[in-house]
Formats: sequence, structure tokens, C-alpha cells
Amino acid sequence: MSRQPRPERHPGIRPRPTIWRRLDAAGRRALPAAFSVLLVLLLCAPLGLPEQQALLPGTTMASVFFWSVFRPASMPAAVVFMLGLLYDLLSFSPPGIAILTLLIVHACGLGWRHGLARQGFLLVWMVFLLVAAGVIGLDWALMSAFSQRLLPPQPALFELALATGLYPLLSALFTWAHRGIADPTLA
Amino acid sequence: MFRLSIQLRQALAKLTLPLLVALACCVMLLGQADRRVAEQARVAMSDAVAPLYSLLARPIDGLRGIAGETRHLVAVSAENQRLREENLKLRRWYDVAMALQAENATLKANLNWIPEPAPSFVTARAVADTSQFYARSILLSVAPGQILANHVTLSKDMVAVDAAGLVGRVTEVGSRSARVMLITDMSSRVPVSLESSHAAAIMEGTNAAAPRLTSYPEDVHPEEGERVVTNNVTNVFPAGLPVGTVHYIGPNNPVVEPYAQLGHVVVVRLFDYGLAAITPPDSPGRPASGGSSQHTVPKGAVGGSRNLIRGSANSIEAPGDGALPVTRPGRLPIDTGTAAAVIERG
Repeated sequence: MSRQPRPERHPGIRPRPTIWRRLDAAGRRALPAAFSVLLVLLLCAPLGLPEQQALLPGTTMASVFFWSVFRPASMPAAVVFMLGLLYDLLSFSPPGIAILTLLIVHACGLGWRHGLARQGFLLVWMVFLLVAAGVIGLDWALMSAFSQRLLPPQPALFELALATGLYPLLSALFTWAHRGIADPTLA
Repeated sequence: MFRLSIQLRQALAKLTLPLLVALACCVMLLGQADRRVAEQARVAMSDAVAPLYSLLARPIDGLRGIAGETRHLVAVSAENQRLREENLKLRRWYDVAMALQAENATLKANLNWIPEPAPSFVTARAVADTSQFYARSILLSVAPGQILANHVTLSKDMVAVDAAGLVGRVTEVGSRSARVMLITDMSSRVPVSLESSHAAAIMEGTNAAAPRLTSYPEDVHPEEGERVVTNNVTNVFPAGLPVGTVHYIGPNNPVVEPYAQLGHVVVVRLFDYGLAAITPPDSPGRPASGGSSQHTVPKGAVGGSRNLIRGSANSIEAPGDGALPVTRPGRLPIDTGTAAAVIERG
């Protein structure tokens, strides 16, 4: 909290770090995680949207992936873990699966971020598609293993299609937030 | 805050992710090894969010009501005409039902019929559809410590019914919420009777909107549009609760189209029939060890005419005491042959 601004990274005259400015910066830093938690809570709420339960995996994965690539400081592994735990407890899936899948998505985003952050949107999207395919396949396999029978693959494919289709929309929203309301340097 | 050295901080940062992945695997194994812990955690979480969700449900219901109202206003005159015709028809059926009730009463008096106790029930609001890809269930919000009519509290195995028909069974109970496994859930197996052929069958959930109809006797072919009611073969459900109608989605592939509006359940009634002969699986989606085999009924095990008589007796009594949700609007659960005879007589 008491870190001095490093002059070599952000040169220029800085405003005094008053308590409001620090709160503002902290809020901006916490926005991605808070938004993801709110997303999980809302999508489990009785909104009566069509295919509401199918939206949940795609949106959480997209959120975790985007922030892991573009600002991992706002989406640390512990937050991803808590997000997965919340997801598991609110939805009716066997516990642990969502935690594991979200952590894998986070790890992929974090590991490849130096390559990905410089690429255009299309390539990031393709990588997200691959990661989501792998993770949803794993989810399906674990579900099948736990219920001791081969589950139908159609829901998993639908889930993947929805996740892929939702990513550009969420990416646009997150990019806007990344440059605007969620940017701590603007505080 | 602690001031850690840069090396230590980097090492910690590198270790966090593998540690958390290992922890996730532990949670997964723990959830599989001891389902009660997972269930308790889930119920605690449901209890925490149920008030929030029911708060949220009110404005959403309001919005939905406004939308529905405007849609209805557009079609109001056509609807009026249809209702008038239907009302005429229903009034005729009401007479039939009253006649049958009177006849039934006299017959029962002659048979020394001992009436069954009316089941106690509690009404609960469905606050969230907790359906998943691999499981179908809803979350109910129940007032803490709600007591049923004859001092029975909310418990597992209660039968959930909405205005039109069977919804499912209570599988998890918290202090403020309860979860109902829907009949469309993959683990759901409901013993049913086909009403016109009196044959027993099993209604098997597939996670699709209409559960499959299986295990009916070989010499019986379920007819399209035939009514399906519950059967008390395994003593889990009472006989004669309306479930749905038979529909063929392919040759030799009958499904049951449920009467209950499972897509958007708003309010359900939970009935305690005191039938807890079979322990349900811990939670839907995963069969408990050896649990699913308990739910199957030997092929051709017919509920017998006794059940059906009991079922229809319930059905006719229902409009009077308001206890049993047996009729679908416009349909009377009575034998159409008798009804026709009464109409002719009348």
C-alpha cells in the first residue's frame, strides 16, 4: 500500500495519493474480479433468460481468459479459485470441476500472455477457442467419469459454440473497461 | 504489510498456481469421497443466496407480468370467445363430475370405504432454476422452520407438484431452501401407469424437455395422447398424480409431455405422503452406489386396478377439498366411458 510511484515507469508530475484516489485505484483494480463474481451470481439468479445456465461457463471462461492475458494483476489465481468455488456451489455440478477448469484457463492465459498480448484480436480468439475446447472436453470427461456413464456430447458442443460466440462481445466490453473504468492509472 | 524479498515473492508467485490446482483436485476428490460435505456446503450457499434471489425475483416477476399483460391485451377478444366456449363445455363437465361424485359417495358408503387421509402440503416459491447441462433441478425458498399442517417439517422425498402436474422430488433440504430434482433430470425414474391400458411403465428423465417412456409390457402400445399418471409400485409416489401425455417422437419411441410447466416453475406445492420407502441418490446427476438399481421396477409389474381405482377416487375428490392437484384445465381425470354414459343419462 505504501509503495512509492516508480519514476522510471511513470515519469511526470503525479498527483498526491489521497485516500480517495487510493480507493479509486483499488476499486479499478478489483473491478474485473468483482464483475466476474457478479456475473456468476446473476447468471444463477432467476432471470428467466433462455438457455441461462448455458451462458455461465462461456462467460466465466471468457472473463478469466481475457483478464489473465491482459491484466493478470486483477485476476490472480486465488481469485480464480474463489470464482470456481462460487460457481461450483451455486450450480449443481460436482464440486471442484469448475475450479480446475477455470484454473487451467487462467494458466493458459497467463503462460501465453507475452505472445498473445501483442497479437491481433482474431488470433487471441482462436487461442481462446482452443483452450475452451480443451477445457470443456475435460469437463465432459470428468462429468462422465463421475456419473459412470457416457454423457451425451451435444451439450458440451453447444457450450463450446456459445463460449466462442460470446467471447468477441465480452472482449469488446472488457477492452473498453481495460482502457477506461478498470484502469488504475487513470485514478 | 510484510516486505518480502523479490526472490521470495517471485517463488511464491510461481508456486501459487500449482498449489491451487492441487487444491482443486483435492476439492474434487473430497466431493466424490464424502458427498455430505459438498451437500452441506452447497446448502449453506443456497441458504445465503436464496433471500437475495427472492428479492430479485419480485421486480423480474413484475416486468414479466407487464410484458404478459400487454401481449394478452392484443388477443383479448379472440381469447374471450374461446373462453366462453370452453366455459360452456366445462360447465357440462362440472355437472358430470358432480353426478359422479354423488354416485361415488353412495358406492363408497355401500362398500364401507375408508377414506385416505388428505396429505399435508406446503407451498414454496421457486427462486432459481439450478439446472445444469447434466442435471435438472430447481431451488425453492422456504420460510425458516415452516411447519406443515400436521406438524410435519419439510423433508427429503416430498413430492413436488405445480398447478398442472408432477414436478419432481425434494432431494436436498436446507434451513431456508430446498432443491427439487425435476422429472426431466437424467437420474429421475418415475413409476407411472398408462391410464387407458392400465399398464405400468417407467418414465425415465433424459435432461430433455420430455422424459422417455420405457419398460412398458410388450403387449401394450402406449397411444398418442394417452394420459400418464403416477403409480405407487415402489411406494415413492402416490398413485394417480397426473404426469403428462404420451407423444411419439419417432417410431417405437414414446415420450411423456409433462403437464407441469418445467421450463418456468414459479410456485410448487410439496406434499408429504409419508412414502419414504426408498432412499434417493444423494444428488441428481450422479447415481449413488447401487442407488439407481433400486429405482427400477421389474418389467410388467402392473400396479393393478386397485391403484387406478384409488387414483381416480383421489381425482374426483380433489375439487372439493382442494388438496390434490389432479385436474388439468379442460380435462377431467375420470373414465371417459362412464362420463359419456352420464352425459347420455343426463
